[in-house]
Amino acid sequence: MSRHTLSVLVENTPGVLARVSSLFSRRGFNIDSLAVGPTESAEVSRMTIVVNVEDLPLEQVTKQLNKLVNVIKIVELDPAMAVERELMLVKVHADIETRSHILETVQLFRAKVVDVTSDAVTIEATGSVDKLEALLRVLEPFGVKELVQSGMVAIGRGARSISDRSPRTVDPT
Amino acid sequence: MTEQLTGAQSLIRSLEFAGVDSVFGIPGGAVLPAYDPLMDSTQVRHILVRHEQAAGHAAEGYAQATGRVGVCMATSGPGATNLVTPIADAYMDSVPIVAITGQVPSTSIGTDAFQEADIRGITMPITKHSFLVTDPAQIPRAVAEAFHIASTGRPGPVLVDVSKDALQALTTFEWPANIDLPGYRPVTKPHAKSVREAARMMMEAQRPVLYVGGGVIKAGAHRELLELAQLTGIPVVTTLMARGAFPDSHPQHLGMPGMHGSVAAVASLQKSDLLIALGSRFDDRVTGKINSFAPYAQIIHADVDPAEIGKMRHADVPIVGDAREVIADLVVAVKAEHEAGRHGDVGGWWKQLEEWLETYPLGYAPAPEGELSPEFAIERLGVIAGPEAIYAAGVGQHQMWASQFIKYEHPRTWLNSGGAGTMGYAIPAAMGAKVGRPDAAVWAIDGDGCFQMTNQELATCTVNDIPIKVALINNGTLGMVRQWQTLFYNERYSETDLGSKNIPDFMKLADAYGCEGIRVTSADQVDAAIEKAMSINDQSVVVEFVVHQDAMVWPMVPAGTSNDDILAARDAAPIWDRED
Repeated sequence: MSRHTLSVLVENTPGVLARVSSLFSRRGFNIDSLAVGPTESAEVSRMTIVVNVEDLPLEQVTKQLNKLVNVIKIVELDPAMAVERELMLVKVHADIETRSHILETVQLFRAKVVDVTSDAVTIEATGSVDKLEALLRVLEPFGVKELVQSGMVAIGRGARSISDRSPRTVDPT
Repeated sequence: MTEQLTGAQSLIRSLEFAGVDSVFGIPGGAVLPAYDPLMDSTQVRHILVRHEQAAGHAAEGYAQATGRVGVCMATSGPGATNLVTPIADAYMDSVPIVAITGQVPSTSIGTDAFQEADIRGITMPITKHSFLVTDPAQIPRAVAEAFHIASTGRPGPVLVDVSKDALQALTTFEWPANIDLPGYRPVTKPHAKSVREAARMMMEAQRPVLYVGGGVIKAGAHRELLELAQLTGIPVVTTLMARGAFPDSHPQHLGMPGMHGSVAAVASLQKSDLLIALGSRFDDRVTGKINSFAPYAQIIHADVDPAEIGKMRHADVPIVGDAREVIADLVVAVKAEHEAGRHGDVGGWWKQLEEWLETYPLGYAPAPEGELSPEFAIERLGVIAGPEAIYAAGVGQHQMWASQFIKYEHPRTWLNSGGAGTMGYAIPAAMGAKVGRPDAAVWAIDGDGCFQMTNQELATCTVNDIPIKVALINNGTLGMVRQWQTLFYNERYSETDLGSKNIPDFMKLADAYGCEGIRVTSADQVDAAIEKAMSINDQSVVVEFVVHQDAMVWPMVPAGTSNDDILAARDAAPIWDRED
């Protein structure tokens, strides 16, 4: 199994998220994470889907996705040639004694404190999946009260845009 | 000023613009507005069925027999969910149908309103695409796109769900001049390089086979296939969905491959060194255990759906394209090979194939003394009704016998539920086929199990003057299930008995539906009954063949085993190589 990041351009129409997610479940593929949002074009939304599959099933899922009428284009992003980011909000137990240690950790990871109370701080962090996992490992001993993550978004490096590339970058055969 | 009309009028006009001549359906609350202008349409004939499932299968039968898009219509909630089975069936067999459903008013969607069901959500995994229309101005575009998507590329079912308020509101009508779907551009023209490579391999192969699937019929590629086969001398097998794509009378035809295929067809695939797969999808009923399927063969796989290529088996030469264009290009490429002096030699291969054909012809055991053999009845039907008739089968033993013992010469004369295996398909599909091809004799070949799922449509046939003919193969049991119980469950016949009490009386049932009923209980009555049925053209006919229960479908590759383990008959495994 290996992790793959798919950037999927879809028509911004109702039901398209349901179509994509139901396709994954119907064909027996698990989604590690899925993030969706608007793009530079009002008619187009972009999904970043992270899947953990072998190469052959990946080819099959890509072809099946391509068959959805609302799917305009699919590009697999090479991690070496892309910027991948995830957003995490984490609420950590913090009292007088531990707060300064936590703030130090926040500094080290270039994260931000977005809310403070007498017994908790809420931290906002962005970064690669690895960085966020590392931050979380350091925070865990203090007591994680609540955690929410956005799912990964990714963009290719360089001047070219995903919409410049020819449609159906993944080979149809 | 642009003319104002209701969404319902717009819907019916859209169907007219899409070229629809027949719709199978049942009205109800949410779709009711559409039925009012439908009454005035001189182009669209609505056929009121007795169950929505039959509306869907009738649309399939219409589409399979004519090549045009079939249309069914139902109301929201249970009306729509009754269409789920035929939609799933059409999806599995790539049948172009458009299903129009009424939906509760858009303001009520999501409130668990009376007769509300999220039919678009329910059918998402079994439709090629679907629309939920709540804005009446969008109706013409949705209908135009639905027909385009259903009928192009790999065909399939498309659902158009229209909310009641959209049907009732005033709108304007504008039929879209062009269809632009940025995410839907099927590739039909094959790559020249792949085609040339395929032709070269066909000349070099020692044991090539043309493995022909339903895509050849859908693409209307039967003439091109005949030319390619004759040009190369390569043997042909036609799958269950492709019966009729290549004439059964042709000497290069080895028959049907698969679980109940002929020994020669199955063996040819297993021993082949090159499969030319045309519009076929390496279905498990054809391949048996996939790891041991055609172990020596390289694969040329041509399909209009890129997702089929490499799905089950790696393709050495993948070709994405419409079967007709692919085969036409292959013909040109093979001719170029010939001109360059490269002719394939399949002479040795044919010696082997002929031996298999001769040693293991299709056949059946005679019925016990005084009883009627179902295979014989079906075989005689094929001879007497002939290759110009259209045959629609249910699912089970009778379906397999009808695929084996009727000789098909033309495409679109054999209709059945291949992928989904939907019992009850035959009667409504035959009805739909008859509506689309009124001049043809249309036979439904049905078992007594299947027949009791959808025979209510004989009322529809009688009332609407759609005279079909039914060959009811009555063995009083769910025959195929019983066969598996005989072979794999120690003859413990759990819940497969249907007819030991002779309920219902099918002749009374035929009479109740206004059909001519003919009961046949012995071999000597068979021909006369079929001939009589063929002579009756002003009403539907039910010919009940009362047959014995113990007939089994042979050959057989037991489920989950290798094609190499095919049994020509019970306990009779073929001998592959005489030298061994």
